[in-house]
Amino acid sequence: MTEKKTLKRFASVFLASSLIVGALAGCSSNEGTSSTGGSSSSAGESSDVIKIGANLELSGAVASYGSSIKDGAELAIEEINAAGGIDGKQIEFVPVDNKSESAEATNAAIKLATQDKVTAMIAPATSGNAIATAQIANQYKIPTVTASGTAPNVTENEDGTINDFVFRTCFIDPFQGIVAANFASNELEAKNVAIYADNASDYAKGLAASFKEQIEANGGTVVAEEAYVADDTDFKSTLTRIKSANPDFIFIPGYYEEVGLIVKQARELGIEAPLMGADGWDSPTLVELAGAEALNNTFITNHYSSEDPEETIQGFVEAFNAKFSESPNAFHALGYDTVFFIKDAIERAGSTDGEAIQKALAETENLSLITGTFSVDEKHNPVKSATVLEYVDGVQEFNSKVNP
Amino acid sequence: MKKSKAFWVFSVLALVIYAVVQGLISVGILDLYYQNILVQMCINIMLAVSLHIIIGITGQFSIGHAGFMAVGAYFSAIATMKLGLPLPVGLLIGAGVAALAGLLVGIPTLRLKGDYLAIATLGFAEIIRIIFLNVDYVGGAAGMVITNMTTWTYAFVSVVITILVIANFTNSRHGRAAISIREDEIASDAMGINTTYYKVVAFAIGSLFAGLAGGIFAHNFFIIQPTTFGFLKSFDILIYVVLGGLGSLSGAAIAAIFLTIVSSYLAEYPETRMIIYSLVLIIVMLYRPSGLMGTKEITSLFKFGKKGGSQK
Repeated sequence: MTEKKTLKRFASVFLASSLIVGALAGCSSNEGTSSTGGSSSSAGESSDVIKIGANLELSGAVASYGSSIKDGAELAIEEINAAGGIDGKQIEFVPVDNKSESAEATNAAIKLATQDKVTAMIAPATSGNAIATAQIANQYKIPTVTASGTAPNVTENEDGTINDFVFRTCFIDPFQGIVAANFASNELEAKNVAIYADNASDYAKGLAASFKEQIEANGGTVVAEEAYVADDTDFKSTLTRIKSANPDFIFIPGYYEEVGLIVKQARELGIEAPLMGADGWDSPTLVELAGAEALNNTFITNHYSSEDPEETIQGFVEAFNAKFSESPNAFHALGYDTVFFIKDAIERAGSTDGEAIQKALAETENLSLITGTFSVDEKHNPVKSATVLEYVDGVQEFNSKVNP
Repeated sequence: MKKSKAFWVFSVLALVIYAVVQGLISVGILDLYYQNILVQMCINIMLAVSLHIIIGITGQFSIGHAGFMAVGAYFSAIATMKLGLPLPVGLLIGAGVAALAGLLVGIPTLRLKGDYLAIATLGFAEIIRIIFLNVDYVGGAAGMVITNMTTWTYAFVSVVITILVIANFTNSRHGRAAISIREDEIASDAMGINTTYYKVVAFAIGSLFAGLAGGIFAHNFFIIQPTTFGFLKSFDILIYVVLGGLGSLSGAAIAAIFLTIVSSYLAEYPETRMIIYSLVLIIVMLYRPSGLMGTKEITSLFKFGKKGGSQK
């Protein structure tokens, strides 16, 4: 009896310890290989490889953003390497998953900085996760570029200081509001506008505020300002109120789940005025929810359009199609551009030193990329054009490009 | 006698571990990457052990532990970032408010049992999350940016305190009362044990240390967002406790260490990461259905031949 018990105890100790030892061994052997790999590469081949890390949402809630950026970046790196690399050095791509969690984003940034010793990093796709990597980037002096973190506080801290080593390829949220306001005043000649914003998201609130400021500066009047909350499904009473104010343009910043229903119900109530939103609308689901017909006479601002007739864009769309057999969306294009943004800076810096690249990134001027030609301003934001798209029978059509 | 001996053994062991790790850090063998994994390990051990006292010892099935962690994280961050207090004070405030939240939630809900309690605690955690989501003072959905202040020393000291307090509670008269509630609530009630009181006490202690873990977490990861403390986080903590063996403190700690290592090791394989992680859980549960340690403690494994008092 007691022997059996002892045996059981031994078995459980053995199992528990072997699991831990196994895990530790895996960890330490990994440490061994990665550190020897790192040292050998820094000793032997550091001169002909540039490591670019990517800290992206490859699993979890917003995995589609991160994977899209990764695909775009991979295509860009393939093209650069095929064309001889950067100053003759090939790029090595090191993607790391951050599970769409900010804590994991910090871990991934630390790993890229200390284990892989990357030259530059692509920061996470969402603003919160990108902020979680900013202090690591500054501390290790690794230039970091987010492809799609649009919140202003990714590069600019609350106290007005700038995160020196953090940059972005996309425009910031308030800019889309300004573009929408200018489009409404100049192209659609709207005078009396209504705003119907998602009250539960900072993104929508930021857009609504900047839109309002700009439209009033353009001489328009805001005749109705209403709010909804994410997950609402019935918008008719508010829409009736908006209708009675008789606006000739309605701005609806928000995400596609609610916007789809709002557009549908607005048209059912007989609101014929043009509706406009931003990149949060950009999803095939929107067309399913609203219906192709209701979406006529609606517009969105976005980072780029695959329908844009410009030659370089069509070249990119073709190359992307050949590799992944799908049409590239805005995240693909931004991921692609981010790599070229970094490449351009490394070339101009003429070295792989973090501070030299940082300086070059900050001095970027008139860099022509897929999502627009841009210069970097003093807050590390690109000054670039936005694309306005129009929904025609459920299909996004390129309308125009709006410069800042 | 025996108890105090265990206490000293643990203290010496903790000092030795600390000295070794600190030595390795100062020689530069453990760089920030490994320090960060160690801090995470400490955070996860604290969370696991603090849930262990609620589920493993008192037998109350709570799945809202991330809610208390969120309270600790946000309040300690408010103390340090908004009020400019030093980190230790911030951690104390965070832990204190979390304990208070534990009391507030515990008093009405601990009259519920089993599934009902689970749902009530889950609901509480969601309420906490939504409140932080809607308060602009702490950044709303965008989150609150925090300076990194946690060091490995803070994390380790917190873990040692957590384990000491909870181990001592378990071995005390109060701990035995709590265990009797886990074994049979009606019987212990009949024996004259104030079951509601002990349940609330265990709940508040668990919340306190979850809040402490939250404070360390907030000051290690640069930004806290309400989404971080969703119910998936609660389940992560629950997994540590169940995998380690319900009712085993060392089991919970070992599982937390083990899964932290697995998780950081797998970061290099993003495509298969969650599959392997889940497979590890399934395999362990198939071969050790009562968890890695069952209800045993690691110390009991070294007492071969003595009276087998600790079988299930």
